[in-house]
Amino acid sequence: MSISVVTGPARVAGGLFAFMMDVLVALFRRPFQLREFLLQSWFIVRVTIVPTALVAIPFGAVIALQVGGLIKQFGAQSFTGSAAVLAVIREAGPIATALLIAGAAGSAIAADFGSRKIREELDAMMVLGIDPIQRLVVPRVLACMMIAVFLNSLVSIVGVAGGYVFNVLLQDGTPGAYVASFTALAQLPDIYQGMAKALVFGFLAAIVASYKGMNAKGGPKGVGDAVNEAVVITFTLLFVVNFVISALYLQLVPPKGM
Amino acid sequence: MGVEVKVEGLTKKFGSQMIWNDVTLSLPAGEISVMLGPSGTGKSVFLKTIIGLLKPDKGHVWIEGTDIANCSEKDLYEIRKLFGVLFQDGAMFGSMDLYDNVAFPLREHTKKSESEIRQVVMDKMELVGLTGAENKLPGEISGGMRKRAGLARALVLEPEILLIDEPDSGLDPVRTAYINQLFIDLNAQIDATFLIVTHDINTARTVPDNIGLLYHKHLAMFGPREMLLSSTEPVVAQFLNAQRVGPIGMSEEKDADELASESGIEMPPLPPIPEQLSPSDGRPRRAQREPGAWCRDNGVTPPPGSFESEAPVPTGGGA
Repeated sequence: MSISVVTGPARVAGGLFAFMMDVLVALFRRPFQLREFLLQSWFIVRVTIVPTALVAIPFGAVIALQVGGLIKQFGAQSFTGSAAVLAVIREAGPIATALLIAGAAGSAIAADFGSRKIREELDAMMVLGIDPIQRLVVPRVLACMMIAVFLNSLVSIVGVAGGYVFNVLLQDGTPGAYVASFTALAQLPDIYQGMAKALVFGFLAAIVASYKGMNAKGGPKGVGDAVNEAVVITFTLLFVVNFVISALYLQLVPPKGM
Repeated sequence: MGVEVKVEGLTKKFGSQMIWNDVTLSLPAGEISVMLGPSGTGKSVFLKTIIGLLKPDKGHVWIEGTDIANCSEKDLYEIRKLFGVLFQDGAMFGSMDLYDNVAFPLREHTKKSESEIRQVVMDKMELVGLTGAENKLPGEISGGMRKRAGLARALVLEPEILLIDEPDSGLDPVRTAYINQLFIDLNAQIDATFLIVTHDINTARTVPDNIGLLYHKHLAMFGPREMLLSSTEPVVAQFLNAQRVGPIGMSEEKDADELASESGIEMPPLPPIPEQLSPSDGRPRRAQREPGAWCRDNGVTPPPGSFESEAPVPTGGGA
């Protein structure tokens, strides 16, 4: 019994890794399913875009609020804009994207695959000589990655704009100082690493959701469990990965000199 | 002409739980075989192993020189083009209407033009009696229609082997009779090898050329229909005649006490062997044998009253 405590999670991790390898191989197999890719991209946009915008505004505002108060005590209000940009673009953007990609897109993908699995649709597809990984998973993974990058840009823009409004209208900051300080701390590689993070998050969320959905078992309850596990695993994974990428980035890219 | 499926020493376990052990049989080319067994004996698992959806722990499944149980993924996808499979609930793709569902394999695997595809799809839809329902979604139609649509989809690539998982589950007796007749007619038309997994005794008694019985984690018997229907082997006789007396209990197997209490009771006499269904156009199937031929060849006296029916026996039929 005690052995299964160790082997259970190890098996899930191993299965997930093997699945990821299968997907990576299938990525390069032709024909590419363009139609499915576009349909899925549109679907993901539909379920994520409004919540993303709504989450981004308070994200920007809360950073402005926290940083604004602190920075005032140092007498460095002119750097509020800079701090907000740095926080939103480096961390808040990718994290908010991760939450929405995992929560909205990932759960939808897991539920879809789960119900296909228990209705034997996936078996039927394999029996018809079609690999569901190439046909269904690859387009979803690519769609998730692309939309994650777009969402990241959206969160960044809306977040910074939210911070601006909050700072200028409510904290009596000066518009000029807010905008002028943008480039004081932030630099172009910050945007690149935000995009790279979003790309990785989109990839992982789609992989975990597909894996869990395709391995659902035990009827309708199994689908619910699969969705639940997919979201929990994705969240955990994304926050860990976010930390690792941030740590690497701070080591590898020199901060901007003042 | 169908393809022979040879199964050798097939063993399947889930974890430490044995499903069935050392199953060896061969489904003769172009014939209809039925796999029977009490609920939970892994009949569907057997079907999924033959098509390579589940890997057996031991053994081989030979189809045209390829071992499905141990071949590469690429060969597997190639050999599956020989198969048509009808899943329990039809397994239609929920996002497509019936027309697109049936056209799906053609669009994926052939370079046919849309008008050629239309021709084939309409043919198959007519064959299963679904003309006029092309634009319905799978969620909008009854279980029987979904099954027939699944059958149409399984047929579009002209399969050499047709696997059918519980065609009668969730169907009323009339629809079951229709679908059974459809299998016979199809076999006469396309000469594919059929494997039907079921626990419906009426189907088993009247449709197939061969019957197999899975029981207690092994293959109890596999052979020509008349061999099993005239068998006095307790498990076979009990199952094929749906009796309570015999070794099969409510939970898989009766315990020693129960069996001992029954030891004095004679197994009831075997009922007459019914006549096999023949194609509705009256022409015999290629694999069809003359009623009673097996019993005569093997010196077995069939139960009294066997092979009597009001329908005239097709003459000159049988191989």
